Amino acid sequence: MERSKFNIDAIVVGAGPAGVSAALTLKRAGRNVVVLERSDMAGTKNMFGGAVYLNSVKSLFPKTFSEAPYERFIVHRTYSFLNSSGSVDIKSSSLADNTAATVFRPKFDNWMVQQAKAEGVFFAPKTLVKKLIYKNGSVVGVKTEQEKYFAPIVILADGVNSLLSKDIGLRKEFFPKDMVLAVRETYKLDKKTIEERFSLEEGSREGAMYEFFGGLSGFYLTEKKKKRPVTPFAIGFLYTFKDTVSLGLGISLEDLTLYKMKPYEVLEKFKSHPVVKRLIAGGAESEYSAHMIPEFGYNHLPKLYANGVMVVGDAAGLINSAHFEGTNFAIESGRLAGETAIIALNLNKFRFNVLKTYEEKLRRSFVLKDMKSYRNVVETLYSRKNSILKYYPDKMGELMETIHVVDNVDKKRKFRKFFKTVFFERSILELFRDFKAFLKLFFEIMF
Amino acid sequence: MDIEKKLTNVKYKTDDTSHLILNQEICKVCEDKVCLNICPANVYKQRDCGENEENYTQNDGTIDCIAVEYENCLECGACKVACPYGAIDWRYPKSGCGVYYKFT
Repeated sequence: MERSKFNIDAIVVGAGPAGVSAALTLKRAGRNVVVLERSDMAGTKNMFGGAVYLNSVKSLFPKTFSEAPYERFIVHRTYSFLNSSGSVDIKSSSLADNTAATVFRPKFDNWMVQQAKAEGVFFAPKTLVKKLIYKNGSVVGVKTEQEKYFAPIVILADGVNSLLSKDIGLRKEFFPKDMVLAVRETYKLDKKTIEERFSLEEGSREGAMYEFFGGLSGFYLTEKKKKRPVTPFAIGFLYTFKDTVSLGLGISLEDLTLYKMKPYEVLEKFKSHPVVKRLIAGGAESEYSAHMIPEFGYNHLPKLYANGVMVVGDAAGLINSAHFEGTNFAIESGRLAGETAIIALNLNKFRFNVLKTYEEKLRRSFVLKDMKSYRNVVETLYSRKNSILKYYPDKMGELMETIHVVDNVDKKRKFRKFFKTVFFERSILELFRDFKAFLKLFFEIMF
Repeated sequence: MDIEKKLTNVKYKTDDTSHLILNQEICKVCEDKVCLNICPANVYKQRDCGENEENYTQNDGTIDCIAVEYENCLECGACKVACPYGAIDWRYPKSGCGVYYKFT
């Protein structure tokens, strides 16, 4: 048998939050673990909206979590419903809040890796795993461009595209409906402008985030020589950093495919919305990026383990996109895979019947509990996208206008007119379908 | 702001060979060409191989009708998922190569 040059108990592929969490869990139990990363610095291939959850970071780094390279701590959260000329916003401000902070992934992921290295995790950057090595039906190591590494446990934290889990048949081929494509830009703005624009205290580390619904009308699809207006399923986001702002859109890959839209053109359209435009005005575009988000959810989860191998984080599709949660799912799943690996190493048994503990642990944690109760959310919202992303944002705007416009018309008449449009402007069936979708999701999440 | 200008803001460590391999035989007869729209970095470009086929003839005699500007790839994987004919062999660039984000 080929011998590894190190005496390693476990190999982790990918140095994102899931991989680092798994590796640290093992190392803290006295196990030797190596993390392989294809980039020469962790995080440089990663992109997300902008914020990590402090409780989650604290759970992994109880002593040093406060030293992480945070940019701003989010105190204002705004749900912005965009109509054709403005928006209706629901804003919550929690000024003593300390639950989420914006970070740049290259800095943050690299910081996590440095912490892990300090605790004795072996980190191999610039190491691309080409394939997994099998022996007697078990994964026993990995083959990189240069060499082979052997260990009884391999943890796949190789991200949303996880080629390795596909290669060994843990997951099926992806389809466009399984994915959302996020495109994002970062704009440089001076600190003072950011603080004034987003009502953050001057000189503080306060931050703000936005979630945007709607604002993407004006797209048409030509069918049989007829132009039909379409609403792409896309949710916008904005986060503030020390002296930059990120703005992006998560767009359904299915819609991009069906409507033949270019993602950056959808982003440009979004940026041209009068409300959005003002938020980034004067900002110098400093970086453009794109990344996929695994949206297949609980109903289409891949196999999470097999002989000698477990899959964690984005590679396993563990997210809750309705709440913009992902890094916390990554950290927790990494920890649970690490704990399972420790059990396996103690028993010296690495086959699926031991590693299934990982899935059992996931099921007892918020990871699969949340994914289960939210299993139909994305699909249901997608099926009602014209309501959520067009009809109601428009109606909210109209309602506000009905309330505040003074034009010598009596209120009774105005309100009656408005509510008449809510019921009869489109087929009454649509209202019924929206209500049904709402009830379905409400009961699934609550009971 | 057009995409070419956006891409000038992205940092890369360019690989010397393409990590994206198309099965151009499929591309030649493909009518959808989803890749031309779906890619956020506009990596795939239609070549006009009508009149001057010899201009695009590769060493092995095949004609590429889709140009692949792999240097601009953001490694998102959308093309691979969206291509309905599985014509894209999508791999990662060599270790240490490819996109290098700073503010994501």
